[in-house]
Order: sequence, then C-alpha cells, then structure tokens
Amino acid sequence: MQTNFTPEQLTDPHVAESEGILRKCVHCGFCTATCPTYVTLGNELDSPRGRIYLIKDMLENGRPADEEVVTHIDRCLSCLACMTTCPSGVNYMHLVDHARIHIEQTYKRPLKDRLVRNVLAAVLPYPGRFRLALKAARLGQPLAAAMKRVPFLKSFGIMLDLAPAGIAPASSASTPGIRPAQTEKRGRVAILTGCAQPVLKPGINEATIRLLTRLGVEVVVPQGEGCCGALVHHMGREEQALAAARRNVDVWVKAADAGGLDAIIITASGCGTTIKDYGHMLRLDPAYAEKAARVSALAKDITEYLATLDLPRQEPKAIIVAYHSACSMQHGQKITMAPKILLKNAGFTVRDPAEGHLCCGSAGTYNILQPDISATLKARKVKNIEATKADIIATGNIGCITQIATGTDMPILHTVELLDWAYGGEKPAGILPSP
Amino acid sequence: MPETIAFLEPKPSVLARRQQIVEDLADILPPGCLISEKRGLVPFETDAFIAYRQVPLAVALPETTAQVAAVLKYCSRYGIPVVPRGAGTSLSGGAIPQSDAVVIGLSKMSRILDVDFANRTATVQAGVTNINISEAVSADGFFYAPDPSSQLACTIGGNIGMNSGGAHCLKYGVTTNNLLGVKMVLFDGTVIELGGKALDAPGYDLLGLVCGSEGQLGIVTEATVRLLAKPEGSRPVLFGFMSSEEAGSCVAEVIGSGIIPVAIEFMDKPAIGICEAFAQAGYPMDVEALLIVEVEGSEAEMEAMLASIIAIARRHGVATIRESQSAAQAALIWKGRKSAFGATGRIADYICMDGTVPLGQLSYVLKKTSEIIDSYGLRVANVFHAGDGNMHPLILYNINDPEDAARAEAAGNDILKLCVDAGGCLTGEHGVGIEKRDLMLHQFEQVDLNQQMAARAAFDPQWIMNPSKVFPLEGRPAA
Repeated sequence: MQTNFTPEQLTDPHVAESEGILRKCVHCGFCTATCPTYVTLGNELDSPRGRIYLIKDMLENGRPADEEVVTHIDRCLSCLACMTTCPSGVNYMHLVDHARIHIEQTYKRPLKDRLVRNVLAAVLPYPGRFRLALKAARLGQPLAAAMKRVPFLKSFGIMLDLAPAGIAPASSASTPGIRPAQTEKRGRVAILTGCAQPVLKPGINEATIRLLTRLGVEVVVPQGEGCCGALVHHMGREEQALAAARRNVDVWVKAADAGGLDAIIITASGCGTTIKDYGHMLRLDPAYAEKAARVSALAKDITEYLATLDLPRQEPKAIIVAYHSACSMQHGQKITMAPKILLKNAGFTVRDPAEGHLCCGSAGTYNILQPDISATLKARKVKNIEATKADIIATGNIGCITQIATGTDMPILHTVELLDWAYGGEKPAGILPSP
Repeated sequence: MPETIAFLEPKPSVLARRQQIVEDLADILPPGCLISEKRGLVPFETDAFIAYRQVPLAVALPETTAQVAAVLKYCSRYGIPVVPRGAGTSLSGGAIPQSDAVVIGLSKMSRILDVDFANRTATVQAGVTNINISEAVSADGFFYAPDPSSQLACTIGGNIGMNSGGAHCLKYGVTTNNLLGVKMVLFDGTVIELGGKALDAPGYDLLGLVCGSEGQLGIVTEATVRLLAKPEGSRPVLFGFMSSEEAGSCVAEVIGSGIIPVAIEFMDKPAIGICEAFAQAGYPMDVEALLIVEVEGSEAEMEAMLASIIAIARRHGVATIRESQSAAQAALIWKGRKSAFGATGRIADYICMDGTVPLGQLSYVLKKTSEIIDSYGLRVANVFHAGDGNMHPLILYNINDPEDAARAEAAGNDILKLCVDAGGCLTGEHGVGIEKRDLMLHQFEQVDLNQQMAARAAFDPQWIMNPSKVFPLEGRPAA
C-alpha cells in the first residue's frame, strides 16, 4: 500500500525496513480472520491490518506513541498467525517489533504498567530470582483474590495465582558441562537451558538430555548462557534484548568453535522464534551480525532436530494425544508436521484440536498484562482441546503448558517428555493414565 | 491519491455537529463499540481498494440489531451519511467511508444463530465470515456454496451487499441463488424481514433486489442461507496451455457442450508464478496459461466428466494435464488460487478488475486486454473464473508513483469498457462500489439508472446509505 515517508526518515534503517514491510501489504484483510484478538473483540483496530495502519500512521508522522496506539499494539499477542495467513508476505513480526521499540522510547506508561513491566523484566529472565519470587508468591497466594479486585493490584494478583504449587529445586540439567553420548556418537549439540522453563518444569530439559544422549548425541550445556531475550524484546526494551542476544551468541559461537555444533537445541518454541531472529536483530551491529546469523542458522527446535535422526517406529500405544501447536512453533517457526509425525511414529494416536491456529492466550507475559483477553482465549482453547477426548495434551512451549494447565484437568506434557518415554526413558511421573 | 473518482461533498451541517454526534452515539452504543478519535479512525479509511481513502466521522461497532437500528434512526434524523462495513475486503471500494459518514461495522455480530439440517438452512449474524458457515456444518456433511476468494475473511453481510460469487459458483450460483432470507434495518431504524427458510416468499422478490444493493437499501444484520450436502468426492485437475487464447477457447467449448464442472479457473503465466511462490501447489511453470478444472461426485461421475473435458482440451492443444494426487495437494491448489490477489502484493501494487464477458469473447478480450496494458506500459496478471466469463485482470503498478497510478486507473477503465463493448458487463462479483461508479453510463442509459435510483429512493429517500457509491454523482435526483 501507499506510504509517505520523507527521504530523511528513510535514512533510519528501522524506518526503511518498516517502509518495505508496509509496501508489501495490499490491505486485503485476510489476516483479520485468523487474529485471536480480532476474533475475540471484533474491532479492526485489534487486528493485524488495523495495527499495521496504526503503526504506519504513527511512523509516517514521526509521532510519539499515544494511548490509543499503545492500547491496540499491547493487545497483540505476537502469535504471528497473521504471518501464516498473509498471502503478500508482510513481515508483521519485524514491524510490530519496531513499533514496540518506538512505544518504549516515546511513550510514558501509567505508573502501574511501569511497575508490572519492571517487575517482570527484572525477575522472569533470571532463574534464581524467579525461583525465589515463586516461593514468595506461594506465601502471598491467599491474598491473590483480594488483589485482583483492586485495579492497581490486579496484575500482581494474577502473578500470584500463576505460581505453581510445587517448585522444584535447581535442576542438574542446567549445570554447565558436557553430557556424553550414551551410544555410538552421531552428533553434538548445545542446549538452551533457558530462564523460566527450568524453574517451572525442569523435567523438560532433563528428558531432552536423556533422550539425545541415549540416541548418540553429545549435549553441551555451555557456561554463561541465559534468557534468550524474548521477554524484554516483546516489551520493546531493545537494548536489554540485544544484550541478552549478544551474550548468548558469544557463548554459542565459543562452543561451536571449541568442538563443533550440529545444532543449538531449544525446547521452548517461544525462545526458538527469537533465537532464529538473532541474525536479524543484530544485523546492524558489525561486530555481531555474522556471528548472530550463524547462531540463528544453528538454532533448532528439539522436534526439528529429532526429525533428522530417523527414529525407529514404535509399537502403537493405547494413548491418544491432543497436539497443541504453540503459535511460536507453527507461526513463528513454521514447524507444523514434525512434532506430530514424531509422536505418531513413537506409537501415540495424535489428534488436532479445532481452531488450532488460535493462540491459547499465554504469549509470554500476555496472560499477566492482558488477563481478560487471555482468559477468553484460554477457555476457547481448552474447549477445543477437551473436545478431542484425548488422554493427554502435548505441546512444545512452556508458556502454553502453564496457561492451559490452569484451565483443564487433562494432563499436559512437553512433546519431548513423551518421546523420551517412548524411546526408553522413564514414564513421565504420575500424569499418564494407565494404558 | 488519485482524484479521478470524486466523493460527495461532505455536508457542512454534519461536520459542524461532529462533537455532538459522537456524544450522542456514545449514549446509544455500549462501551467499546464506538471509535471517534482520529487515530483510531484512520485504519477505517479504506478497504481493499486502497487507491482511495476517506477518514470517517465515527465508526460504530454495534453488537445487536437493536443497536444498528438505534444508530440508523439517529443518523436519519440528522441526515448523517452511513457506510456499512463487513470485513472491509471490498475490491471496488464498497466500504470506503466519507468524511461526514458514520461507518457501521458488523464485525462484532459474528454468531451463528441457527443450523437447521431438516430444512438445509443456516441463520447467521451478518458479521459471520463466509467460511465460518461451511466450517460450522462441515462435520455434518454440509457446506455453503458461494466461495469468494476472500472467504476466509469476508462476511456474509458483505457478500449479500455485493452479491458475491466465487470459484464454485459456476455450478452452484452466486450469493443471490443461495440466500433465503434476511433481517434488515432500513435507513430510519425500522427492522424488516424478507424471505425465510423456504425457496420462495409471497409478493415481490425484494430479497433479490436487496442482494447486491451495496448497502444502499438497508443494513442486513442476519441472513438465512441455503446449505448443500458435500459431494462424495471432488478433484481439481490442472490443464496447461501454450497460449491464453487456446485456454480461452477450450473453456468456451467445455461450457458450450453442456458440461458444467464445479469450477473452471484461469491463470496466465504471471499469475501462475505469483501463486506458486505463495502456495507451492505444483502448478506447471512452463505453460502460458493454466485452467484449474474441478469435477465432483462419485468416482465414476468424476472419471466420465474428466474424460469429456480432456478430449476437448486435446482439441485445443493442451500441453500438460495434472490431477491432484491427494487431498492435501487439492487444498494447496485452491489455497494458491484463492490467495492470488494478496500474493500479488509480493511483487507489486495492483488494482483488480472485475468484468464479465460472454464465453465466446474470452480469447478476444484477453488479447485486447494485453494490448491495452501494453499501450500504457504496464504489466498485468490474469486470474479469474473462466467458466462464467468473470475476468479479473490484475493491473500491476506502483502506488507510490502518482503517474503510474493514474495510468493503471485509466487502463482499468479501458478494460472494463472493453468488457461492456464485447457484450458483457462492468461487474461480475465485486460490485460497482466507488471504482466503477462513473462507468455506469457506459453500461446503462440514463433512463435505466433513473429506474434503479427510483427503486433505491423507495428504500432510502434521504440518500444517506452509502451515498457516494454505485450511481454517478451527475444525474441524481435532488435528495
């Protein structure tokens, strides 16, 4: 569509990139149909096309962000369903990233919002702080209901509610070092230990390491890596996000140079989408552009990597799995078939819930920042999943696991936990029905 | 923005009362259902006919028929123009507002109200998307037949406004042939119902008049549509030709010999390239023109019909015949075709023409279209419903270059006039909107238009409903 930027504006590489993205949009409106917030709220301003227009208007006029624009950009889940749907190839992800940076730089949020965001950005990316915060939250949980009734404290009340009952101690899976292949060696990978996931569900990376080493893959847990930066990236806090990216790039490049890496394995698809974008995020940094692109090329979701290993077909099990494809998996990384094929080959019966393209409402910190829309989407997702009458839910992202688990009694596991079991590991504890 | 197509002058009396109007609408509508700040209004300034834009005065997003009626009653009292909007996917600018207008968007009215398999009907709110109807009844073996390429997003209300078609309308007819009843709000807020669950209703066929009236006779808030049983099987087959003329004459002979497949879609070489890049459907890339022919029914029926079509295609020099090998590939073939317009955005801006010609003229019109495009120094991609002669040349241009935009618009006008002169008409399924309004006198005599305007005025004597559209601004009766 038509754009109106001055040559001077276009000297800013971020603006130039956004202009290129906007020029591809033909305003056909297809994206509205698969946007979870448009489907929920029925207002075009809460659709990709509406947001694209709001962003275009704001950037063209070189205007600071204002409440109207921020309201509708904040409601975006960054699920990227619009990018799967868009026939024109509009890179909404990079456009909304730019808009979020612009908002962060030009708009002063109300005090409550700033507090909530600062707490999230200061706690979630750091496993030590997060574990401590969860323990404190358990103590504060009786206050949650009362807090949720006070508008100023609502988000904090929701945070308390989300804290799980049992908080596992720090997992050995996160300890730096090399886990040698248990059978004839056929590969060498690094694993992202991550930030929130090892605190909430340490079993996921433990299962991943068990499965990979059993299959003959050496797993490196490098010293010094940390949160991928997605969380602050989605808040528009670009410097923090780039610092996280640079730190991880350094660590992984070092590991790759030291002993070679076939892949950097990621077990949370939300992180995978961001790490695969490091090459783009750091494209303007001459010291990092090339290294970051190398890291992005090495980044693989665990199911993407397992699909290259030709795992043997297993005997059918009498277990029906509803596969929930995380948005960051299907839209962000376009991995749609691999997890289901792996599960089927491992002997599970796999069912696709209806409206599989719609987000469950987790979306990073969305369930805390936009609790009402998030709750509506969760209810819709759970209804569709339960309608499959499956025994268990499998998915590839910790955010979805936490979100969906608070809405249903059906057990939910990471795909790799089921695969580890199917290929010789322990049966995941206490949540599978007896076959 | 080109200024060839004028909008009505905004009413000073309405613009002067803007603040009051916004406050009154805020009283009428529930919270969250009115947009009145400039920032939020800009995204509603256009639809999929992006060359023209007008920021509206306000956008109302009612949740009920009663709220639609209350807004219309208010607007008619003060002579405020109203522009209805479904999903805003119109390619002729049917939903483009004007600066003194209140947009009434139906996007919050998106519930399926009733599915009646015994009578094979579904009753839905106007903001339900076309595909949602089929999805809601698919598990029970039914579907809603008209399938505009934008069916993923476009609403049934918009389909009724434009009497939309689609690839599968060759066999099943367009919206008007599948619409049984509507609930509609008139300009003054009166709620009426037309038709019902049966095939015919007593009295004049007002439903037929309403379908395709482009939001000028009222705002449809609910529709009852006909459901059909899904066929036993269906299969798209790709026929590649070394020239567009051969493909065109093949279509004419297929239809002329009385064979009615479900769909016959045409793509020329540029369109094939665009669609393949998006969908990877396995379209042949080494041909000049492609027909997607879909047959359906039992295996024996499909085989028999295909054999007849293949025999005809061979007489017209078909170079490649490919049957889809799986349901997944069939889905990709249609995904590519239905995304053709949007996918064109990957290579250029475009305006999408929508003229219909007699099938015998298809080859001639295709050839003349290329000549017209060449004479303006532009490029074109052709992708359209060949079986019913509904052509969609996509004129490629650069919207950021005003001269290129003016050339594209002029070329489009020439092509539409060509369709009329070849015995066809200005619109197939996208409606007149703003795009083709000033060409109406090429299609009709003034006396014809006067009769149509008299019918329109019977429903909306104040001319407040979508007033800049359909009828040329000159020659209108004084309101």
